Amino acid sequence: MSNASNTIKIDGVVIPFKEGQTIMDAALAADIYIPHLCHKPGLSPHGSCKLCTVDVNGRCVSSCTMPATEGQEIDNNTPALNEVRKTITQMLFIEGNHLCPSCEKTGDCTLQAIAYHLGMLDGHFSQFYPRREIDASHTSLVLDRDRCIMCELCVRASREVDGKDVFATSGRGINRHLIVHSPSGKLGDSNIERDDLAAHICPVGAILIKGDAYKVPIGQRTFDLHSVAETNLDKIILTKVRHHDA
Amino acid sequence: MPKLRVGTTSLGGCFGCHMSFLDMDERIVDLVQHIEFTRSPINDIKHCEPCDIGLIEGALCNADNVHVLKEFRENCKIIIAVGACAINGGVPAMRNHFSLQECLEEAFLDEIGLDNPQIPSDKELPLLLSKVHPIHEVVKVDYYLPGCPPSADAFVKILTDLLEGKEPSLPKEMLHYD
Repeated sequence: MSNASNTIKIDGVVIPFKEGQTIMDAALAADIYIPHLCHKPGLSPHGSCKLCTVDVNGRCVSSCTMPATEGQEIDNNTPALNEVRKTITQMLFIEGNHLCPSCEKTGDCTLQAIAYHLGMLDGHFSQFYPRREIDASHTSLVLDRDRCIMCELCVRASREVDGKDVFATSGRGINRHLIVHSPSGKLGDSNIERDDLAAHICPVGAILIKGDAYKVPIGQRTFDLHSVAETNLDKIILTKVRHHDA
Repeated sequence: MPKLRVGTTSLGGCFGCHMSFLDMDERIVDLVQHIEFTRSPINDIKHCEPCDIGLIEGALCNADNVHVLKEFRENCKIIIAVGACAINGGVPAMRNHFSLQECLEEAFLDEIGLDNPQIPSDKELPLLLSKVHPIHEVVKVDYYLPGCPPSADAFVKILTDLLEGKEPSLPKEMLHYD
């Protein structure tokens, strides 16, 4: 049942959708930004970060998992929804060790960029300061579990694109953590490689490429130059500026 | 119009926020027409008197930090948490990944080249907290000025807003955590 006139309305703007698309798919195709962390086009939707929560005909749903259907009237960029999204972002910050000045990912971190976008000034809640295992056993990768936000992008990238199944999550609640599929449980014993999508997809500083951290100086990184709300960021080839003493 | 009285302090911080404050260069000449400093490392006054605004840099790392912070809260109408350390613990909070005992042993017993290694125990030294904390976990904070450090422009913006009796706000391009 394909119908070329299928449309939904986001914040009063009528946009088309194709059969099988989610609200997120249709919004991104129409250049409308809905904040999201655990979603990446091309990977199966996960619906866990809840930042993409929108109001569809009076009900709150995750736009990355909700199929677009004819006649949906959707509220997205409203003060009330953005306030809730900011609170979710604050909880993500305080549940991990997201100390930007000492994190190699600063400026390239989507969590940080969303916090900027939502105008977050503080963490509001008491810091958890978790102490999870750091794994630097791999020759080209570091895994810092204290920064993991459980978005499972690496899990899906490894399974669906790399065809390797290197990552999974284990434990419940606050004890939930990322595990590595290898005899020792260490990244160095797994078959992940530097060029795998799973090695590069982390939206925060949990999976880092060794030796790459400071190639681009702070102040000239992705979100120093762009807003997270630009929907074509994946396509932008950044002008990498070398440090004056590099 | 009487000048706004401003106190500043660096708790468990690196004084980088104070250096950035002074980066406003000649703009400070205009600013001091409207504000005067009470307790601050800039004028070396040691105790906080009743004042309008307290700028707090740094995290809570020891008992003295908590004492100073409470003195500021009791004396200031407005407390502003300045910089990453005051807001979320920042770089000092990296020690929270280890126990205090491990930190002390690493610094004072196990470090290479120490002569007569011992953990300092002079009673004049403030006791270290077992974990580093941001300041909002101990006192009410009125406004936050993020950055490591916040830019001089951000200091000028928040103080100008307060001088003009407006709710302080930072434009998006001034908001950064690094």
